[in-house]
Amino acid sequence: MAPLEPLSPLVGIAGGLLIGGAAALLLILSGRIAGVSGMAAAATRIADKGPPWTLAAAFVAGLPLGTWVVAAFVRGPDVNMASSVPMLVAAGLLVGFGTRLGNGCTSGHGVCGMARLSPRSIAATLTFMAAGFATVFVIRHGIGG
Amino acid sequence: MTMRNLAPGLVVGLLFGGGLALSDMINPARVLAFLDIAGHWDPTLAFVMAGALLPSALGYLVARRMRRPLLAEELCIPESRTVETRLIAGAALFGMGWGLVGLCPGPAIAALGLGLWQPWLFVVAMLAGMALHRIVAAAPAADPLAVRPTSGEGS
Repeated sequence: MAPLEPLSPLVGIAGGLLIGGAAALLLILSGRIAGVSGMAAAATRIADKGPPWTLAAAFVAGLPLGTWVVAAFVRGPDVNMASSVPMLVAAGLLVGFGTRLGNGCTSGHGVCGMARLSPRSIAATLTFMAAGFATVFVIRHGIGG
Repeated sequence: MTMRNLAPGLVVGLLFGGGLALSDMINPARVLAFLDIAGHWDPTLAFVMAGALLPSALGYLVARRMRRPLLAEELCIPESRTVETRLIAGAALFGMGWGLVGLCPGPAIAALGLGLWQPWLFVVAMLAGMALHRIVAAAPAADPLAVRPTSGEGS
């Protein structure tokens, strides 16, 4: 795999500030955790509990709008994505099932839970990070190099 | 009630998606490069996480000191501190899926407007996985890891 064009750490931090700022705003305005898997489950009514449907649906709709704004005014997206159908389906199933079983994903546990030093979120984040590292290692360096 | 939810949801979602796009986290190649410690490692995800944790922590400290959120009746924060098998198993499955293609729920949904089919397929499969969990969790003790439906936590 060809190395990526490096991204300035400042751009990464700026994006992170937006993400964390959004999470802070949601907590102060609506008293809710900005966890995307929970929002997606509530917006599709797969989950009965959690945020109100209107809040979840609006949040989910806002995500691609944010991408458009950045694409229009800052930088066009240069997205490099796997295109194997079985791989995308397997990954989606694992992510959907796993985030419901484990009550959260990179945003709910990583950005929100770790920020309030929740032991559950710290344990979950360390676990999915380790699983992510291990999976990429096996795929890129384990089977056939 | 509706406007009190729609407006903050949309604004927060837009800022959140904008942050993901700005930091290139909607690009699975960037995420996989972070997860590939044995390859051409890319530190961007760590910078994004560090940048996100600061305002997120400040927001939590402020919200906790307020009598109630500005547009809602109460602060809804999970109170459980117990790390159980279900949590770790779920996080491990999620991490495996994340490592397979480099997509997690936020970036996948934020990438839906790019005109690519891959994020759509991933999101449909993700929702199917969520629905599957709901079915498994509703079956009485069919799976010892998921005897109860998940609470509204985190996510």
